[in-house]
Amino acid sequence: MNGTYFIELFLGGLTRGSIYALIALGYTMVYGIIQLINFAHGEIYMIGAFTALIVSSVLSFTGMSPVLIFIIAAIAAVVWAAGYGMTMEKIAYKPLRNAPRLSALISAIGMSLFLQNYVLLAQTSDFQPFPDLIPDLAFLKPIETIMNTTQFIILVTTAVVMVVFTLLIRYTKMGKAMRATAQDMVMAQLVGININKVIMFTFLLGSATAAIGGVLISSHIGQINYYIGFLAGIKAFVAAVLGGIGSIPGAVLGGFVLGLTESFGTGYISSDYEDVFAFAILIIILIFRPSGLLGKTTRKKV
Amino acid sequence: MSNTSTEQANRFISLKDIKKSSFIALWFMFLTFPIMVIKVNTVNNTVEWRWANMIIIGVASFILSHVWRLFMNRRDGKLSDEQKGGQTVEKLTLRQKLDQKPVVAKSLSYAVLVLAIIFPLISGMYQTSIMITALLYVVLALGLNIMIGLSGLLVLGYIVFYGVGAYTYALLNLHFGVNFWVALPIGGIFAMIIGILIAIPVLRLQGDYLAIVTLAFGEIFRIVLENWNDLSFGPSGIANIPRPTIFGLDLNVSQATNLTYFIVLAFVLVTIFVIKRLEDSRIGRSLVAMREDEIASEAMGIDMGKTKLVAFALSTFWAGVAGVIFAGKTTFINPSSFTMWESILVLCMVVLGGMGSIPGAIVGALIITLLPEYLRAFSEYRMVIFGVVLVLVMVFKPDGMIPSIRQKYEFKKKPESNMKEAE
Repeated sequence: MNGTYFIELFLGGLTRGSIYALIALGYTMVYGIIQLINFAHGEIYMIGAFTALIVSSVLSFTGMSPVLIFIIAAIAAVVWAAGYGMTMEKIAYKPLRNAPRLSALISAIGMSLFLQNYVLLAQTSDFQPFPDLIPDLAFLKPIETIMNTTQFIILVTTAVVMVVFTLLIRYTKMGKAMRATAQDMVMAQLVGININKVIMFTFLLGSATAAIGGVLISSHIGQINYYIGFLAGIKAFVAAVLGGIGSIPGAVLGGFVLGLTESFGTGYISSDYEDVFAFAILIIILIFRPSGLLGKTTRKKV
Repeated sequence: MSNTSTEQANRFISLKDIKKSSFIALWFMFLTFPIMVIKVNTVNNTVEWRWANMIIIGVASFILSHVWRLFMNRRDGKLSDEQKGGQTVEKLTLRQKLDQKPVVAKSLSYAVLVLAIIFPLISGMYQTSIMITALLYVVLALGLNIMIGLSGLLVLGYIVFYGVGAYTYALLNLHFGVNFWVALPIGGIFAMIIGILIAIPVLRLQGDYLAIVTLAFGEIFRIVLENWNDLSFGPSGIANIPRPTIFGLDLNVSQATNLTYFIVLAFVLVTIFVIKRLEDSRIGRSLVAMREDEIASEAMGIDMGKTKLVAFALSTFWAGVAGVIFAGKTTFINPSSFTMWESILVLCMVVLGGMGSIPGAIVGALIITLLPEYLRAFSEYRMVIFGVVLVLVMVFKPDGMIPSIRQKYEFKKKPESNMKEAE
């Protein structure tokens, strides 16, 4: 077996996996707190990518340096995606907090449809080329064939986001409040946690990480359209479930497992069955571990 | 009165409301700014600034936020009234009113039936064809309702079984010349077998894990169909599937469409009848018990594994038969008819209509198939409107359009004098 090819596939899988992990974080956090499968989460990722595309295209006329443009575009993407996430929560999910769970799911599906077609109408249905703004890093020159600059940046950014994220959840007051709300919403309210604020913050955080994922993958793949959110959202959901939905380290692990499976599957077996590998690994893992890799096995009490 | 405050809010648009709405308008103008206002043409490298859109968004969200607040107040006001219980006169829903007058309800349903029977005679072939699709979805929604509404199993890959039925007919016809009527039960039974085969490994899974696994099976099914050229002829699909005929007559297209319509209609009626009977049967009750509490029903001696398999089998059969009819109706099938999106649509029908309720599933299916069809006038806006409708119905009617009514056994109080005598 060819060693370089293996490493290439491995790094490709890691890159893919980090994007899945970034999106899956939002899924798993929202699920952990309000038990909602946020179907529109993929759309937030798409809106993030679109905002970055628009902002960077406008800024490119000013003659700024590409790196600066990329950073501004990424920040804009994060801000707007977070805004959309929060607004979505307020309109479509907050009124349904005491409703049957499936109603909120349908509301999420409606929101997803709305956002997709809103971007389709306001922008375009065609694939848009995403500007190549990241300059090649010099020290990656020798291993360029194995790992290019965007891949490197995706891996580094994901690692940084994960660390910041973990610190945020573990050590800040808001993080503590989030964990408390996830454990027991009623009890959290009783000890004086404003759960509306916590839920809103969860959506903000999840949307922001999804937007980062969106910007990164778009600059890696090089084109976007209004429909990219759907499949990415489903895959990220698969990643979240794979790792045990509701568990944050689980989402990251699930993302990487999914990315690597897809990468090796397409590399060694057949690229026609790319999605089959993703779903097959999900089924296999869930058959043996019914609540995911790192999910807690909750014992039902009578 | 405690709801004077809401009444006041309804009657007057106070200064506070205007402030709030202005803020909301500003927020939406900011939020939609990059996507609504700026349009970049990446080919010519020009930027189009559409400031008019921003003004429209501002004005629209200002007005809509008032409307939204009004309706939210009304909704929450109603909720608090219900919570008070007894104090306010209970408003009867249309359904409850109908239940009290069985004569009206009966004549109404007969009227609908007559209308359904004469429908193909008074409308064109195109309308009939749309109606066939709508009725097929009614069957799917009713079938999925057994799984979701009755048994509480969230299944996201239901369209697989529809596909199994359709491909069963297409392939049997292609290789063995099997005709429509023979394929009809075979498709259903085959879908049932596949349903049980999928259900066996996932019996341990609960709630959303089950949902995602069935979604995964659905996607695998579609991708395999697309790529396994020897079996399914890949994305190009199977064409020239014969339309259903009867008594060996040679029917033209319009007659065949009408025949298909009547077959589907008959099938819908059979489905409704069977499900209605199922609900009150021993099996139906064990399904409901499973939905309510698995542990408690296991303690009552209901075998969970068996009950889940029964739920899968009962539910998938309908999808399989509907699939056979679908193949006969379109005469051409390919994997793109059986995407995840279709499964999600059927789920929307069930929940939108009201989980576990038969009229709900019917209304939900009709709305979801016919709404985009008749919104064609707004062609490009129809999916946006559709999304908004889904959200709005759920926000204002979280239990669905026609929620199912739980059968209650009420303890009727005896008159006091009798009770004294009994003592």
